[in-house]
Amino acid sequence: MKPAPFAYHRPSTRDEVDELLAGHGDRATILAGGQSLVPLLNLRLVVPEHVIDINGLDDEAAEPGEDNGRLTIGPLVRQAAVERSSLVARAAPLLGEAVRHVAHPAIRSRGTVLGSTAHADSAAEIPAALLVLDAEAVLRSKRGERTVPVHELFVGFLQTCLASDEWLVELRLPASDPPGGAVEEFARRHGDYALCGVAAVAAEQTDGSFGVALAFFGIGGVPQRIGLGTLQREALEGDELVAVMHEAALPRLEPVTDVHATASYRLWLAERLGARAVRRAAGLAGSNGSAS
Amino acid sequence: MNVPTGERAAVTVTVNGAAHAIEVEPRWLLSDVLRHVLGLTGTHVGCEHGVCGSCTVLVDGSPARSCLMLAVQTDGRDVQTVESLAANGDLHPLQKAFARHHGLQCGFCTPGFLMAALPVYREAEQLSDDELRVAMAGQLCRCTGYAGILEAVRAAAGIERDEGASR
Repeated sequence: MKPAPFAYHRPSTRDEVDELLAGHGDRATILAGGQSLVPLLNLRLVVPEHVIDINGLDDEAAEPGEDNGRLTIGPLVRQAAVERSSLVARAAPLLGEAVRHVAHPAIRSRGTVLGSTAHADSAAEIPAALLVLDAEAVLRSKRGERTVPVHELFVGFLQTCLASDEWLVELRLPASDPPGGAVEEFARRHGDYALCGVAAVAAEQTDGSFGVALAFFGIGGVPQRIGLGTLQREALEGDELVAVMHEAALPRLEPVTDVHATASYRLWLAERLGARAVRRAAGLAGSNGSAS
Repeated sequence: MNVPTGERAAVTVTVNGAAHAIEVEPRWLLSDVLRHVLGLTGTHVGCEHGVCGSCTVLVDGSPARSCLMLAVQTDGRDVQTVESLAANGDLHPLQKAFARHHGLQCGFCTPGFLMAALPVYREAEQLSDDELRVAMAGQLCRCTGYAGILEAVRAAAGIERDEGASR
């Protein structure tokens, strides 16, 4: 239950991080908040030769920012900062709601939003929220920078499209006119990973219909955005929403059976929580909490 | 800073108001350095992967799991452990509240609960039961003495006020 030996680097500039990753590549790991990485180090599930601690970087923002109509989040923005950010509350309230489901205050005071994103756990709330909010990820290496939509970032179980010399330096989200959003999850205990959860958006169109998208977590498989197209208000209020989910969403899930729940129970939760989240995102239901 | 594998790094950290210059291997956890290097065994180590909350301390005033921080990361920072609470042998109002309201049984989880409660106990009277539970939900008590613990956290600010009034 102690980390294996590693070489420790605490660079002060982004260029130094690029150099370290270019030199050590897949034998290195980035340490940001450490709330996912350090448990893995303690259990020796990962044994990196080099740990690159980015907490010493100069001039990194501690708070979310705004740039050209985009909400921007840097690599050292803690989950607690997003949780209490008035900018996030205005520009991407769904992200704030998702973060409040993440673990506990003592975890969120250290854990970073970008760290959770790069960790790409399909049981985590933050990747799901980013998917339905159409966030973009800025990846950086000595070779330069590239921007990818987050639905291209997540490629497998705890896997992203980050090359071994790349690191995640920014998330960008649309900052104006946020869609209605909701996170619903069922967890045995508050702060635990959910047996099943879902982030949903319902963007009201000029004709009164809603553009609906969902991203499930905790159920298994790769975090993915599932668009349900445009649905009329009456469809969301009635049984049609559940029918559409059975047709377009639930078949794309890969629910797992484990010690906590069966696959069929997770699928049942997905149907109920999905419908609940979409309705609340569209402002149609009075529900204001999770099932946990 | 670059520290080759197996070598130690010089770290200056303030713990409970006192500055310490120590040498640590980067893989050493803050929880272990507090206990084994600085001899502050009040911080308890339970699960060592961030679940139980027993090792909670304050880092620059914010609660943090000391088993999920490398000690080398506290270079230049301020750490507060449970040993900082009692002054001159006089228990902190939060500790008195735990004693008075049966907030501990075996006591193993108590240092973590105290440090998690420290930033919030002054607001605890205004919190709903649900809000208070959520605020303390990161701590596990295997004796399951949660009712007494929540009562204690809620009562601490009142004890503090009474002490202030009697001085």
